[in-house]
Amino acid sequence: MRGMLLIARRDLAAYFNSIWGYLVVAALLFFNGLAFNVFAIGRSPKYSTDVLEDFFYWTFGFVMTAAVLLTMRLIAEERQTGTLVLVDSSPLADWQIVGGKFLSALGFLALMIALTGYMPALIFLEGKVSYGHIVAGYTGLLLSGAAVVAIGTFSSAVSKHQLVAAVIAGVIVGVLILSWLLGRVTEAPLSDVFSYLSLYDRHFQPFQRGRINLEDVIYYLSITFAFLMLSSRWLAARRWR
Amino acid sequence: MIEVSGLTRYYGAQPAVRDVSFEIGSNEIVGFLGLNGAGKSTTLKVLAGLLLPNAGRVVIDGVDALEAPDSLREQIGFLPEDPPLYTEMRVREFLLWVGQIKGRSAAELDERLGEVMELCQITHVADRVIDTLSHGYRKRVGIAQAIVHNPSLVILDEPISGLDPVQIVEMRTVIRSLKEHCTVLISSHILSEISQTCDRILVLHDGRLVAQGSEDQLATEMAGTTRLVIEVRGDRGALERVLTDSPEVSDYTIDSANGVLTATVQLPEDDREKLVWELVGAGLGLRRLDDAEAELEHIFLGLTADS
Repeated sequence: MRGMLLIARRDLAAYFNSIWGYLVVAALLFFNGLAFNVFAIGRSPKYSTDVLEDFFYWTFGFVMTAAVLLTMRLIAEERQTGTLVLVDSSPLADWQIVGGKFLSALGFLALMIALTGYMPALIFLEGKVSYGHIVAGYTGLLLSGAAVVAIGTFSSAVSKHQLVAAVIAGVIVGVLILSWLLGRVTEAPLSDVFSYLSLYDRHFQPFQRGRINLEDVIYYLSITFAFLMLSSRWLAARRWR
Repeated sequence: MIEVSGLTRYYGAQPAVRDVSFEIGSNEIVGFLGLNGAGKSTTLKVLAGLLLPNAGRVVIDGVDALEAPDSLREQIGFLPEDPPLYTEMRVREFLLWVGQIKGRSAAELDERLGEVMELCQITHVADRVIDTLSHGYRKRVGIAQAIVHNPSLVILDEPISGLDPVQIVEMRTVIRSLKEHCTVLISSHILSEISQTCDRILVLHDGRLVAQGSEDQLATEMAGTTRLVIEVRGDRGALERVLTDSPEVSDYTIDSANGVLTATVQLPEDDREKLVWELVGAGLGLRRLDDAEAELEHIFLGLTADS
């Protein structure tokens, strides 16, 4: 655990020391604020709950994009610059390296998500929303963000270049988001599988509407665990390649 | 104590290292020599715990690379050709972090950092951001990260590449001082560096260990001949005739300076008495006869001659 936290601490500091981290935060907050103003609030009168739902809808998209952009450098960049050998030649186990990198990206993403908090706060000025809805929405953002950070960590582990890592992560996330479409055009039991895998449609919408279902929590945790395990196994296998 | 026996490593179906065996005692500086693709880097990576062997055993101070790879890495410090540095960090902060991921506590490192920085002569740049350091200092920080956790084996891959002559001399001092604390394994393309820094040399060729020993031992093993330097006064033609006609001499070169002829002569057997007799018999004035110094370049080319 200590080794994992050491990796996480250094990588988190690296986000704050690089222009890239600030650029991603600035872009997320800018476009999220724009979408909140133009689409969530809009011009026609709306219930506050609907505004909040729309806010979580748009924020989900931006958080997914930010997670992909933040994680692409995690391992691929270190492989490119040659610093991966530092942790490779250390006594740290592969799961500690992967876990540390995952925690750093998730920590930075969580901070970024927290900075969007001013938008739900603005809804309070003009309307009325339940705290439960806000908590549920942010729980969903954090869980789905963790899943995409894990996918990004895996993509970064298997790629030699950051851009390739971003493309791989983007494709995996895209397929998972669009799998509900496949669920509609296929027959059971495949349709059940595709619709269960849907990253947004089936599992995020309840959070967006203010509900926390155990099934959705388990889904996101499973995706996170599966991709972290794959990353760890991939890193372990490099000593045999 | 490092024991390597039958080490074999493949990349896919391609063998990179085949059946390599050697032993290295404590506090030795050993040089790895070989052409590109000879298997040096692969062997070093296996020793550093970055790769696992397909066959054979690597045991360092009683710890087996396959049975306990994590514990093995705790005993090893590794500096690749390009020092692995987080350039946005400060030197002290970086070394503390490396020491911690290599299993040492902050309290243990408190004192150790001072010793390591002094040994590597980087105390005065301890609070500088690594990105602002010259290449020579980065190499030293690279060595410091390799020894900060007090390993029993330090592996340095091309430690002097890219350094200027002054930095090379300083780096040589640093490497030699490491010997007091641990075993050092160096890989270098620069033969003179291996020759000046190492106690023993391992020569790899085509994935196999073709020779090992000191420079002089390798010279004898390689040639199986005696090489002599002879200084005479007299006619160059007479000297050439003696050396060409002599059944004791298999090869020779002659230089002349200030009226003195200097010949480097190779004898299949150590029949120097007969050669002296022939030289004197030809009317040449013998001034000096000595064993020629082994030249690593000559040895290396001989050992890898088939390529």
